[in-house]
Amino acid sequence: MRLDFTVNGRPRQADDVWEGESLLYVLRERLGLPGSKNACEQGECGSCTVRLDGVPVCSCLVAAGQAEGREVVTVEGLAHYAGQRSGGTGARGTSPDEAVGGAAEGAGPQAGEGTGPAPVQQAFIDAGAVQCGFCTPGLLIAADALLELNPDPTDADIREALSGNLCRCTGYEKIMDAVRLAAARRSEGV
Amino acid sequence: MDFLRPASWEEALAAKAEHPTAVPIAGGTDVMVEINFDRRRPEYLMDLNRVADLYDWEVGEESVRLGASVPYSRIMEHLRAELPGLALASHTVASPQIRNRGGVGGNLGTASPAGDAHPALLAAGAEVEAESVRGARRIPIDDFYTGVKRNALAPDELIRAVHIKKADGPQQYSKVGTRNAMVIAVCAFGLALHPGTRTVRTGIGSAAPTPVRARTAEEFLRAALDEGGFWDNGKIIPPSVARRFADLCAAACNPIDDVRGTADYRRHAVGVMARRTLAWTWESYRGPGRVTEGAA
Repeated sequence: MRLDFTVNGRPRQADDVWEGESLLYVLRERLGLPGSKNACEQGECGSCTVRLDGVPVCSCLVAAGQAEGREVVTVEGLAHYAGQRSGGTGARGTSPDEAVGGAAEGAGPQAGEGTGPAPVQQAFIDAGAVQCGFCTPGLLIAADALLELNPDPTDADIREALSGNLCRCTGYEKIMDAVRLAAARRSEGV
Repeated sequence: MDFLRPASWEEALAAKAEHPTAVPIAGGTDVMVEINFDRRRPEYLMDLNRVADLYDWEVGEESVRLGASVPYSRIMEHLRAELPGLALASHTVASPQIRNRGGVGGNLGTASPAGDAHPALLAAGAEVEAESVRGARRIPIDDFYTGVKRNALAPDELIRAVHIKKADGPQQYSKVGTRNAMVIAVCAFGLALHPGTRTVRTGIGSAAPTPVRARTAEEFLRAALDEGGFWDNGKIIPPSVARRFADLCAAACNPIDDVRGTADYRRHAVGVMARRTLAWTWESYRGPGRVTEGAA
C-alpha cells in the first residue's frame, strides 16, 4: 500500500509498504531516516521513540497505515521542531546527516547552515550523556517532550518521563545531568 | 494482509461483520509485538485510530463511559477522582510512550491475565459495551474473561466502551514487578471499598488463568466490617481480620510457575498486597479526623 504522511515538516510518500509493517521500518528502511533506532521491536526500550501528532510514541508499535495523514517528528527533525516551537528562526535539520550528526557526534557549526542542534541535543553533548549512542535519539525525543510540557522538572519527573527509554551502557546519571542542564539553560534564557 | 481503515464506528462494525477474522488495532502495544515477532499474520488488520468517539469519555451520575481507545495517560490525567483504582493501575502500565497509545479496550481485547487494567475494573465494578451489526450489549466484567487470553466477545463484535462505576469510596492498586517501569505484572491486586453498599470488591491479576475476584475474601470482610460496626465507628481493622482477608485473597489465586515468578511467590505476594491495600484504603476511609485507637 501507499503511505502519505508528514515527516519532520515535509510531506513524504512511501510505496509498496507491507500492511503489517511498523512506522519505524518505514522511517528507517523506506525514507532513509535511520535516527530512530530499532532494538527491541516490542515497545520496551524506547529507542524508536518519535512524536506522532505531537505525542511521544514507540514507532515500532505503530502500524505504518496508522500514520497515514499524520505528522511525525524524528530525531532528524528535532532541531527544526524545537526551533519552531521557540518561535525562533529555527534550525531546519532535515537531512539525516545533519541531525544524526547533531545528536551523536557533537554537532557544532558543521551541523548545517545557520542551524544547530536542539537545546536538548546540545545539553546531551555538553553533559557527556552519550556513550554508544543507540538509545540517544529516543531519549532526546522523550526529554524534549518532557521539557516542552514541564520546563522545570524535578528529578522524579525526569526519571518518570525517561522510564520508557533504556540505556544499556547504563549512563543514566549523565542523562539526568543533561536534562537538568537543558532545563536550567532554558530557565536562564540561554 | 489487508489493512482496513474504517472512518467511523458504523464502518468498523460493517468491516468486522464482513471479515470476522480482522484483528482490531488501536494502540498497537499487543498486536504490533505479535506481528513484529512473526507470531501472528492476520488476514486483515483493522485500524481503529480513525474512529474518533473511541477516544471520548463521559462522566455520568453513576458511572464513567470510557471509550475503548482512551489512552492510559488521559485516564491518569482526567479521571483520577472518578476512577482512582484504574488511574493508579494506568500509572503502572509500561512507560509514558505506551501509556500515550494503549487503552483499556486493548487490555480487554487481549484479555491477558497480566493486563494491568483488569484488577481495577473488577474491583470498581464495570460493564463492557460490545457491539456488532447485530446490535449492542453490555457484558458484566465478571463474565467477560473466559480463559487465558479469551473473552466473551463474539467474532463479529468490537469493544466500544467500558462503563465503570464511579468510586464511592477509597480504591487502591498494587503491582509486583522487578522494577517500576516497563514491567509485566508478576501479580497485581486491586481493592475498592464501597461504603454506599457496605461492600468491598477485589481484583487479582496474573495469578490465575484469568483476572479474578477473591469473592470469599470479599464476603468475609463484608461480614467482619458489618459485625464490628466498622463502617460507622471507623475503628482500625483488627490485624486478625486483615490477616484472614489476606489469606483468603491468596487462596483465591490459581497461579502457575513461570519466568516471572513461582506460584508460591504469587500467592504470598497477593496476600501481602491484599493486606496493604486494605490498610491504605481503610486509613483513607477513616480520614484524618478519626480517632486513632483501634479495636485491636
